Amino acid sequence: MKKQYFINANIIDPHNSINETGGLIISEEGKIEAVGKKVNTNNLPSREKPIDLKGKYIFPGLVDMRVFVGEPGYEYKENFKTLSNAALAGGVTSVVTMPNTNPIIDNVSIVDFLKRRGRDKSRINIFPCASLTKNIEGNNMTEFGLLQGKGIIAFTDGIKTIQNPRLMSRIMNSAKDIGCLIMQHAEDYELAKNGMINSGIIASKLGLSGIPEIAERILIERDLTLLEKVKCRYHISQLSSQKSIEVIKHRKEIVKFTSGVSINNLSLNENDIGDFRTFLKLSPPLRREEDRIALVEGLKDGLIDVIVSDHKPEDEESKRLTFSQAATGASGIETLLSLSLELYHNGSLKLETLIKALTSNPAKILRIDKGNLSIGNDADFCIVDIGKPWIVKKEKLISKSKNTSIEDKKLQGKVTNTFVKGKELFKL
Amino acid sequence: MVIELVLMAIKTNKAIKISQKHLLGIQDLSINDVNMILDEAHDFIKVNQSKNKKIDALRGKTQINLFFEPSTRTQSSFELAGKRLGADVMSMNISNSAIKKGETLIDTAMTLNAMHPDIIVIRHQDSGACNLLSQKVNCAVLNAGDGRREHPTQALLDALTIINRKKKIEGLRIAICGDILHSRVARSNIYLLNMLGAEVNIIAPTNLMPKEIEKFGVNTFTDMKKGLKDCDIVMMLRLQNERMTSSYLSSNREYYEYYGLTPDKLEHAKADALIMHPGPMNRGIEIDTNLADDINKSVIKEQVELGVAVRMACLKIFCT
Repeated sequence: MKKQYFINANIIDPHNSINETGGLIISEEGKIEAVGKKVNTNNLPSREKPIDLKGKYIFPGLVDMRVFVGEPGYEYKENFKTLSNAALAGGVTSVVTMPNTNPIIDNVSIVDFLKRRGRDKSRINIFPCASLTKNIEGNNMTEFGLLQGKGIIAFTDGIKTIQNPRLMSRIMNSAKDIGCLIMQHAEDYELAKNGMINSGIIASKLGLSGIPEIAERILIERDLTLLEKVKCRYHISQLSSQKSIEVIKHRKEIVKFTSGVSINNLSLNENDIGDFRTFLKLSPPLRREEDRIALVEGLKDGLIDVIVSDHKPEDEESKRLTFSQAATGASGIETLLSLSLELYHNGSLKLETLIKALTSNPAKILRIDKGNLSIGNDADFCIVDIGKPWIVKKEKLISKSKNTSIEDKKLQGKVTNTFVKGKELFKL
Repeated sequence: MVIELVLMAIKTNKAIKISQKHLLGIQDLSINDVNMILDEAHDFIKVNQSKNKKIDALRGKTQINLFFEPSTRTQSSFELAGKRLGADVMSMNISNSAIKKGETLIDTAMTLNAMHPDIIVIRHQDSGACNLLSQKVNCAVLNAGDGRREHPTQALLDALTIINRKKKIEGLRIAICGDILHSRVARSNIYLLNMLGAEVNIIAPTNLMPKEIEKFGVNTFTDMKKGLKDCDIVMMLRLQNERMTSSYLSSNREYYEYYGLTPDKLEHAKADALIMHPGPMNRGIEIDTNLADDINKSVIKEQVELGVAVRMACLKIFCT
């Protein structure tokens, strides 16, 4: 590989506290050789012709902590190849995949298969999760130690929640012994039973059963109480309400844990569901505008650590149904960064806060050396034209499934190039 | 000709054309739409009472009734309404249809659409099913009840019944009592009665009250006697017995004690208050059996009668 030189870029790398205008050099091995303001035309070898980025931004490749891939079992929704192409178009170079496949990722032999498929078909870094319980049934825990030994990055039941408090406490004990990360989708099943959207006036109006915010809060309270006794690595996958933020604010003083939020909950509210738009049937559900604002504030205050796409590809047939029959989830990995930038453009959040929640924070929680531009590290990064306007059209999405929650939305900012290990794998 | 029509419309303050292609819910209608339907329905009351009940307003038109939920009065009412207007009416029997073989609503709709119906009447257990259907077919869609969302023709026939008896709706105090949470009838009635200027009281135990219902512009009561105070109309809803198993309520007899309409509770309403019920009734659970049959107070049978007229009006207006 030839050495590559980029100059005149706005570089943001929260991990190394870089936020400056400068350049980037990729070594012949595809590693970061130099980065920052010291890389400019004055100190480059004269025979080299650098690429002038003319003020575009360079961010470390995004690390998306919550991604569903249909492989194995639902390849018609998304496979590793289509997922990685979609991710690259969105500047995402590392993903944590959920274990909700068919079969469920809950044993060592399936992990071997997954690793091979990921290696052969994927063009980005895949970090697979295994389930917390066998067949995500919430009864018996999986072999955390053996699975971690095979390269499992974290444990979660994905779309399911550990309801049984005794089991949860035992899971925490094991996680502490082994030192692995566990991630909980916080929702009390009884309180959320039959629910489809946020409980409140919209649910009453549409005649749909609601999911009250308390279903989330009560589970977070329970887990964080258990955590007081057992100090394991615990992460709440997605928060959705103002009340949950209040709880974690208070609990942060007592115990150590991390939390995430879906870009959907940061950008949309329950009113967007309109006339039964099934693409906005999400879990956790979209809530009130007050909740959305509280989530943005939570990110600003550092109470929430990461933003995830909660990328959940669903085919047309699973969505062209009545609201109660339709599948839950939206495709979102391609639009994760652009939609996040909306929060920067409208003055809600600093660019650095956003990029931190999309790169260095998830990497830190996962304990992986990704999401940064450290010298000697793999050159995983994206180049972004931060002001470029575009409109989301589902037929133009690269992902195999087109169930975007933001069809026809006008966005500002688009990834123009994405590099993995120094290779340009996406170009607009 | 067109100018004359417009002038006539201005004079009589009536809309010439309905604003919606489909009747999916009261929420979508304007006050002009509602008045247009009620005026038309009023004319059909006489037709239904005369010897020759058949007119040919919809001759040559095809009406398909698509009922995914069991129904006696709504389905027969729509069928009769279509036939009296001279339409060819086909009622699909869902238990023998491809739905049972796993066909989706949209595929069924596309199949029926290919037969060029002029109107589809649909009842479905899922809220929003009629909205979905309306996006996929070329003809008009009439909602005959979708999940817990809306049942527009029921609300319209209730309004017509009230107007028939009380000569107006504006200024009346109307109580709706019972299982509001699961009731599409309650929702459609709240929208319509509010639109027509009534004061609406909602009476239910908290477990059967939808969240934030007060934002619909109604007064809410858990005490039935307070809620009935000085009401002109008492609308009772059917208690859906399956609710008992999921702990919404403790028992039928306790429910009757607190929320059943009895003569002593009715005393809190106005002396000339009328009792309504969309049916089917559970006598002795939500309503005292003698009250239900009291010809001086109960207009339950009249509701059924006017239901046919309202459905004729809706079919005619949305079909042409």
